[in-house]
Amino acid sequence: MQAVESKRARPLNTNHAIANAVKDLDVDVISAYPITPQTTVVEKISEFVAKGELEAEFIHVESEHSALSAAISSSVTGARTFTATASQGLALMHEILHIASGLRVPLVMSVAMRSLSAPISIWNDQGDLFNARDTGWIILFAHTAQEAYDSIIQAYKFVEDERVLLPAIIAYDGYLMSHTIEPVVTEGREKVIKFAPKRHYPYRLDPQKPVTIGPIAPPEYYYETKYQQVKAINGSLPIIEEVDKDFEKEFGRGYGIIECYMCEGADSLIMTNASYAASLKAFLPEFREQGLKVGLLRLRLYRPFPLKKFVEYTSNIKNLLVVDRAISYGAPYQGPLANEVAGAKVKEGLGFNIISVVAGIGQRRMDHEDFYALARMAYEGRKREETVFYGVRE
Amino acid sequence: MSSEKKVRRIKSLFDLPRDEIFISGHGLCAGCTAGTIMRTLTKVAGKDTIIVNATGCVEVATTRYPYSNWLVPWFHSAFENTGASASGIVAAIRAMKKKGIIPEDKKVKVIAVGGDGGTVDIGLQSLSGMLERGDPVMYVLYDNEAYMNTGIQRSGSTPYGAWTTTTPAGKVWRGEWRPKKDIASIAAAHGIPYVATANPAYPSDMANKFAKGLEALEEGPSFIQVLMPCTTGWRFDPSLGITISRLATETGVFPLYEIDHGEFRVTFPVAKRKHVREYLKLQGRFAHLTDEEVEHIQKLIDAQVEKINKRAGKTVIGPLG
Repeated sequence: MQAVESKRARPLNTNHAIANAVKDLDVDVISAYPITPQTTVVEKISEFVAKGELEAEFIHVESEHSALSAAISSSVTGARTFTATASQGLALMHEILHIASGLRVPLVMSVAMRSLSAPISIWNDQGDLFNARDTGWIILFAHTAQEAYDSIIQAYKFVEDERVLLPAIIAYDGYLMSHTIEPVVTEGREKVIKFAPKRHYPYRLDPQKPVTIGPIAPPEYYYETKYQQVKAINGSLPIIEEVDKDFEKEFGRGYGIIECYMCEGADSLIMTNASYAASLKAFLPEFREQGLKVGLLRLRLYRPFPLKKFVEYTSNIKNLLVVDRAISYGAPYQGPLANEVAGAKVKEGLGFNIISVVAGIGQRRMDHEDFYALARMAYEGRKREETVFYGVRE
Repeated sequence: MSSEKKVRRIKSLFDLPRDEIFISGHGLCAGCTAGTIMRTLTKVAGKDTIIVNATGCVEVATTRYPYSNWLVPWFHSAFENTGASASGIVAAIRAMKKKGIIPEDKKVKVIAVGGDGGTVDIGLQSLSGMLERGDPVMYVLYDNEAYMNTGIQRSGSTPYGAWTTTTPAGKVWRGEWRPKKDIASIAAAHGIPYVATANPAYPSDMANKFAKGLEALEEGPSFIQVLMPCTTGWRFDPSLGITISRLATETGVFPLYEIDHGEFRVTFPVAKRKHVREYLKLQGRFAHLTDEEVEHIQKLIDAQVEKINKRAGKTVIGPLG
């Protein structure tokens, strides 16, 4: 935040901030299909290419399935490649998401999180992202347009690192962020490329050095390949942290992998991400003045899960209210993140009381008073066996 | 504007290079004609080639980790996305050339290879996208007329009357009851520079079509449908693949033609057609058919031949002899 003040910020929504990052990263190939609320990302990139501000090939594919398929093959041919999607598009990509991580493709995708059909809803929640949780991608949540811009740059730096070679998703809230204008500092190509120089896929498709990519793995080999992915994603955590620190040194903006905001003296934390974290940052000082000693645990890096830091921030608290904007139907907690937190609690022997809250489904409105209600629920710390479906009409 | 002049004609197999690019040791069935097609294809294409393969027989039988039968770069990611995958490679090469990451004069041919399931059914959308965008890729369909890799289930390319494991012959069903999808015409409807049908029983015709398809990449995509008799799925003796292949053309079941810049030309005219019985009787997948049913199929073939002749503007495939 500090450095933002000293540089000239431009008014950009998160979609346009991401398009600017793609331009500054001198991405070679964009392969994308339009879907609300991602569309203005690819519209803006198209504009950059049309005006000659970004020299790139834009593949106008006929579906998201093809968008990701072409992005993968472009990346393994050696080009820095980008795609963007949301909702049904991310669901249609599902098969190919696993292939991108299985083939260890250094690819970056932005996701303007949106609810899933049926019934069809173009509005925000995080059902799409949580549906893609176990596909082997690195997943980061951004909570401001600036963070989205910065995270895309950071992501290319770590995914192209030979110690990582995994695809990454930068996720942010559809509409609440994608179409909301904020001040954003863009750094320009020279500085961005200096920070994240292109490192081409090391085993690229080149007739001078033939390779076979994507063979069939019999039972003697499949398991090891998948285990290598486990090691790769776990091993990526310190590199993601390292890149964030380097980024902070270079540009004066660092985010860490999980953030505890106003946690001093707070026995109760609200764990959330993206725009809800941004809203809480605005509201918490006031809530505290009103006597609610509640902190914010903002999840930035989701995969790999920042367990060590999570334990550090939660080992001495009494209540952890986990806000989920996705539903895990029929699960012990109906919130997917709450389930994971419950697992982490048992694994690490933590003592806090879990309050699982589902909210904002299909962009059900969450106002100041609703966040206050959540803060109160966290602060009061009543034991609740069941997930609270906040704001639903029974 | 025929591209014929530019291409060196291959008159016999001796005109093909001796170098092997698709090498031995693969796991295709004994008598499988896919190997013959791939070997010819790669000889024509040469080393400056990238192969993109759909999931299917060729993919599983030639790249069983840690082995590979390909001496050129080979890429596979899924079943239904071969067109898009090929487009991604072409775009990456183009972008990297423009930006000086790879030399501007580097020549790389991108060839997509898919079976009928991966092409006419599940991969049709992705193929159509690739063709419509005009991406310079030669798409080679090896058409064995069913999902052979998963155990002989019918596809959109399965011909009328054929037994498959999902169109078995019984009292109610008599094998496949719908006609084979005309994928070459669908490809041609995209207005691409070159479309052809080929058959491994006519290797120089097939090789020339591969060569012309590659030549066309200077202008846009090309599409070659190659008939691929399948000993396992069509239920014939492994020694008979080429014989059956030849009969497919001699009976008018699988006419050999090309559509070069919209110009339709039958490349192997048949003066006197053999009865379709000659083709059907060697294959177990048609063993359930009665004489009546065979005659019905003959009528369907007669109609198909009439259509071809009409398209050619003259009688290029003659009457039953």
